Amino acid sequence: MRGSKALPRPLPAPGAAWIGFALAAAAWLLAYRSLRPFWDAVVFDAAGLRPGSRTADVVHFFLYDTTKILLLLSGVIFAVGVLRSFFSLERTRALLGGRREGVGNAAAAALGVVTPFCSCSAVPAFVGFVAAGVPLGVTLSFLIASPMVNEVAVVLLYGLFGWKVALLYVASGLVLAVAAGFALGRMNLERWVEPFVYETRVGGVALDPSRGLGWDERFAIGRQEVRSILARIWPYLLVGIGLGALIHGWVPESFFLRWAGPDRPWAVPFAVALGIPLYSNAAGVLPLIEALHAKGVAMGTLLAFMMAVVALSLPEMVLLRRVLKPALILVYVAIVGLGIVLTGYLFNAIL
Amino acid sequence: MEIKVLGMGCQSCRTLKANVAKALNDLALKAEVEEVTDFGEILGYGVSSTPALVLDGKVVLAGRVPQAGQIRALLEQATGP
Repeated sequence: MRGSKALPRPLPAPGAAWIGFALAAAAWLLAYRSLRPFWDAVVFDAAGLRPGSRTADVVHFFLYDTTKILLLLSGVIFAVGVLRSFFSLERTRALLGGRREGVGNAAAAALGVVTPFCSCSAVPAFVGFVAAGVPLGVTLSFLIASPMVNEVAVVLLYGLFGWKVALLYVASGLVLAVAAGFALGRMNLERWVEPFVYETRVGGVALDPSRGLGWDERFAIGRQEVRSILARIWPYLLVGIGLGALIHGWVPESFFLRWAGPDRPWAVPFAVALGIPLYSNAAGVLPLIEALHAKGVAMGTLLAFMMAVVALSLPEMVLLRRVLKPALILVYVAIVGLGIVLTGYLFNAIL
Repeated sequence: MEIKVLGMGCQSCRTLKANVAKALNDLALKAEVEEVTDFGEILGYGVSSTPALVLDGKVVLAGRVPQAGQIRALLEQATGP
């Protein structure tokens, strides 16, 4: 009999979940392919706007990008949601417990990407990891990778800039998480962790939410993820895309090139410094980045900005203050910030 | 029955609390729903992923927000034979 911890549920036909999934996938593909022709017809033929005119550009950009991004996001959030249903903080904690640094950092970064993790769990997750014998640096690798290499960011990068940029982003995010976590681990900063963390005993029997789930439950989790994430980010998306549309149509190229073009060396640190105190999810920031890029701001600078916004979040720092002393938080921000700046320069050089 | 919602105050923890209230309403059950925000206590239950639901001292769900229907089923199981 399946684990007694599995949720009780009604019994649908086993194949029904997969049939539903196949139908939805087909519908999604069809919609995705017909997007451009559809909006071309609506904006240029039906509404009669002249292709190339500012109004037509802005309207088309806004409508097409919003729907394209929504479709992409729905598809990927669903897929990743289902993937994440196989992982949990409890399982990750067990996998990382007692591992030494180096390998542990790499494992932590990889797991950071696939483990479902809400910022509010940051504190129990941190304490739980430490109590399970996960080294401090390894735990930090997890905490860095998790928000940065998230599927929303990767999808949007792919949709807007192509797979090379998306791949580079994932690779650099992972390398950064491993390197920064390893460096922080080597600094022996345990003295800057609140003492009670090392004295906490994790009690009870850990309930692993990833065990014993049927496919229909996993698909339900995927659907729920899409609903909850879209519900949370849609205002950011609209504002971000709206802003991008306006910039697309109205701001002259020279404006941004003057202070942030590829030939300005201090643009990268400036962008990172700007991004650190800001907090947004990747969705809100990316359309803006797309428009700025179209106006000539270097890709590396923009990606560095995005990483700084997404990876270092003020709300999470405030939460972590309960377990980390301010000195450690500062060093953490400094090292990760430095890594992001270096990544920005690297991207500017390669892309 | 003793019901506890473990969470540190984020949106999903509030949603869980609301769904629990709705489930209780649907089943016409009266029970105290206590919100536990002290992570020392949360860890005492062995929970790393919040929000989590504890019925009569036993952790029945952790890591995500179930719909009211699932909570109903859990409550029925806990009060059942």
